[in-house]
Amino acid sequence: MISEKITTPKLVVKDLNFYYGNDRALQDINLTIPEKMVTAFIGPSGCGKSTLLRTFNRMYELYPKQKATGEILLDGQNLLAKSQDLNTLRAKIGMVFQKPTPFPMSIYDNITFGVKLYEKLNQHDMSERVEWALKKAALWNEVKDKLKHSGTSLSGGQQQRLCIARAIAVKPQILLLDEPTSALDPISTAHIERLIDELKKEFTIVIVTHNMQQAARISDFTAYMYLGELIEFGDTSAVFTNPKRKETEDYITGRFG
Amino acid sequence: MLTLYARRRLINLLSLGISILAMAFGLFWLGWILFTLLHHGVPGLSAAVFTQITPPPGSDGGLINAIVGSLMMTALGTLIGTPIGILAGTYLAEFGQRGWLAPVTRFINDVLLSAPSIVIGLFVYTIYVIHVKHFSGWAGALALSILVIPIVIRTTENMLRLVPNSLREAAAALGAPQWRIITSVTLRAARAGILTGVLLAVARISGETAPLLFTSLNNQFWSSDMNQPMANLPVVIFQFAMSPYTDWQQLAWTGALLITFSVLTLNILARVLFRQKSSGH
Repeated sequence: MISEKITTPKLVVKDLNFYYGNDRALQDINLTIPEKMVTAFIGPSGCGKSTLLRTFNRMYELYPKQKATGEILLDGQNLLAKSQDLNTLRAKIGMVFQKPTPFPMSIYDNITFGVKLYEKLNQHDMSERVEWALKKAALWNEVKDKLKHSGTSLSGGQQQRLCIARAIAVKPQILLLDEPTSALDPISTAHIERLIDELKKEFTIVIVTHNMQQAARISDFTAYMYLGELIEFGDTSAVFTNPKRKETEDYITGRFG
Repeated sequence: MLTLYARRRLINLLSLGISILAMAFGLFWLGWILFTLLHHGVPGLSAAVFTQITPPPGSDGGLINAIVGSLMMTALGTLIGTPIGILAGTYLAEFGQRGWLAPVTRFINDVLLSAPSIVIGLFVYTIYVIHVKHFSGWAGALALSILVIPIVIRTTENMLRLVPNSLREAAAALGAPQWRIITSVTLRAARAGILTGVLLAVARISGETAPLLFTSLNNQFWSSDMNQPMANLPVVIFQFAMSPYTDWQQLAWTGALLITFSVLTLNILARVLFRQKSSGH
């Protein structure tokens, strides 16, 4: 039985186009990301799924030749508007990358780095926040005795959970995950997948993944993209068991890609 | 007729042999230089070298004024050159993607990096020494700092470029402003490499003679006044080695030994520092 999930829209993408210089990488994307659900973007390499994810926190603005047109509404506000302050936007929308990116500082300082940008907490509250974030990221038990150790001394899977803890320590509303497990071994991957399931109670999660089984396992909604276009979007079980479009079916059954 | 595999082994053996010969040839001269230095320099080592000033010919003395002068000018030159070099290198690596200023700066820096040091000496002579009408420690330090700047710029830029972009993106994704990303993440990640560059710059200037000939010149007496001509090891070595007096020549050997081994120590220190940092990753 496929039940229609009850959802509130969190992000609404309207007629989004994206350009690398003169190359159009996203074509008229229209999409609604539901609140406190896991939405997965799947598709072959170069289809634009990471590009789409990176428009949500305007990551592309680090690079002068990239630009986006259209609208992305976060709770009704267009976050692509010039008037949107980038830093407050990124406080609301956290991101975790493909390769773990611990900063060259202690585990504790890694977590406080983002928090300090927005809040003035005394030492006690800050320690509590660090503990909270590390517990949420299921890393606390492994690192509670070595918070002063360098973040780079952890294993790959631990580093990635540290990055998740760092992102949620800021208390964002949305968490963007850009292939967060593709550099990890199966055990660490399972760890992170369980974590994502736990985190969606509090955060809206958007995940880009190369791994279709992963998308099927952890996501509530799935978007299939190909050559910069959104081919199909819907309830994950519907997309995987009963795709509306021929292209989606070909991809998920492994006929290409 | 050799089989393909046997021929490949032969070529491998041959190139290995040639490489080893080339390495031995290079090391041979280096070894010879170090041996000669030790052979001539060590007999002159005594407490007097570190306690007495450079003597007139025919009497006893040491190198303390030259050692102190070298230390002061090298330290000051590094102190002036390092911040400028790090700031400029940071500009090139972190802000230099757009516009024309960064490529032009980079080009000029490359020219400066390979400029003969005597030209730097003449430059400081023209803009400073001529106007104050006497040689001075300040002028020497200034000339040395101009040598430090391009080295530090180059290493700072290279080390910052080695910092993966994903680290910058991760910091930006948390909402950190650019100055924050640079000071707390990228410069910190490149710290060991930049420090190595500074140490190498110190090693480079501590042996420079040409820029000091036109700036601090020399002083046969004790002086720690930066406004006066200042004694320093390279120029003392130059003058004493060219002299006909054997006791002066002996001091020149000892001075050369001191410089060479401090440069060697700095280089080893730089390597150890860099290795520790790299293995920590």
